[in-house]
Amino acid sequence: MSAHVEEHFAGSNKLFTSIWAWLIGLTLIEIFLAYRPMPIRYMLTILMGLSIIKAALIVAYFMHMKFERLSLILTIVPMLVICICLLFVFFPDSFRSSGLRYKFKEPEPVAPKSVE
Amino acid sequence: MSTEARAQTFPAADWGGGVLPYRVGHRKLGMWLFIVSDSLTFSALLIGYAYLRASNVWPTPFPFYPSIVFSSVMTFCLLSSSLTMVFGVSASSRGDKAGARKWILATIFFGLAFIVLHLIEWNHLIGEGLRPFFLPEHWVKTFTTTDGIPPSPLFGATFFTITGLHMFHVFTGTIYLGVVAGRVKKLKHEDVEISGLYWHFVDLVWMFVFPLIYILSVDVGGHLAR
Repeated sequence: MSAHVEEHFAGSNKLFTSIWAWLIGLTLIEIFLAYRPMPIRYMLTILMGLSIIKAALIVAYFMHMKFERLSLILTIVPMLVICICLLFVFFPDSFRSSGLRYKFKEPEPVAPKSVE
Repeated sequence: MSTEARAQTFPAADWGGGVLPYRVGHRKLGMWLFIVSDSLTFSALLIGYAYLRASNVWPTPFPFYPSIVFSSVMTFCLLSSSLTMVFGVSASSRGDKAGARKWILATIFFGLAFIVLHLIEWNHLIGEGLRPFFLPEHWVKTFTTTDGIPPSPLFGATFFTITGLHMFHVFTGTIYLGVVAGRVKKLKHEDVEISGLYWHFVDLVWMFVFPLIYILSVDVGGHLAR
């Protein structure tokens, strides 16, 4: 006997449409922000924050994870988050190597002191 | 007592065999594991891009039209395709196979629209002179710093690799959905749901590619004379 798999797909089309509207709204905020001058670290933080919210909405509702069993969520999500965070170990090196860049402009020659 | 009811009563005995401990079939679990590994591929690529960007002078060449307009419409296409896909899966769960096929075909339409728009956008950039390892001459002139440091020629490499791999995922997704739409009457509901998982994942990846590649490379103020 094959085990029975739950076939009910929770969530109404109205709910999914409202999630879609949120995703479109957050995207419009991102495009608006593109034309606000601000330091890149603030811009990056806000954009990544919005993207993580959008990703969470897609995973929770469209990919239906909100309605899955907790053991499945705990098997998949934490290890993925940890692995991605481990990749950040490279960033200190990228900031270091930007300081090592060869300067193309010759330094201004110092005018020789006139000996008179 | 049925297996399902037994699992409801004795959750601790889930791992003893005879039941599905995660309450999903093995194919769906397989797709989730594939999605995990594929997200790591894209994370590594995006973090590699961020590494290069942080350690170099990076050009910010994208004009409002065509680049930002096109990429925004492409984002709209992918988000809408996710909505039609979820409608398709919902119809399939009610046993409405014809409805599921109709919505999946709508999803494929949006996916193909995304690919066409993206290729037009690539064509603009290639026409301007962007190559994987070279920048167009006028970009180099505009984005060289006052210290004389030229912008990194790897802009094209990161751009074409990341958007190209994503476009390849959309392309394989449309083929996959085409097969699912064609065979929807023979497939179980869960198989339709699994194809939905893949499609939503492709949409999810674009939610990171779009801000990192496009929004952060906007030519604010139009420094690049065209």
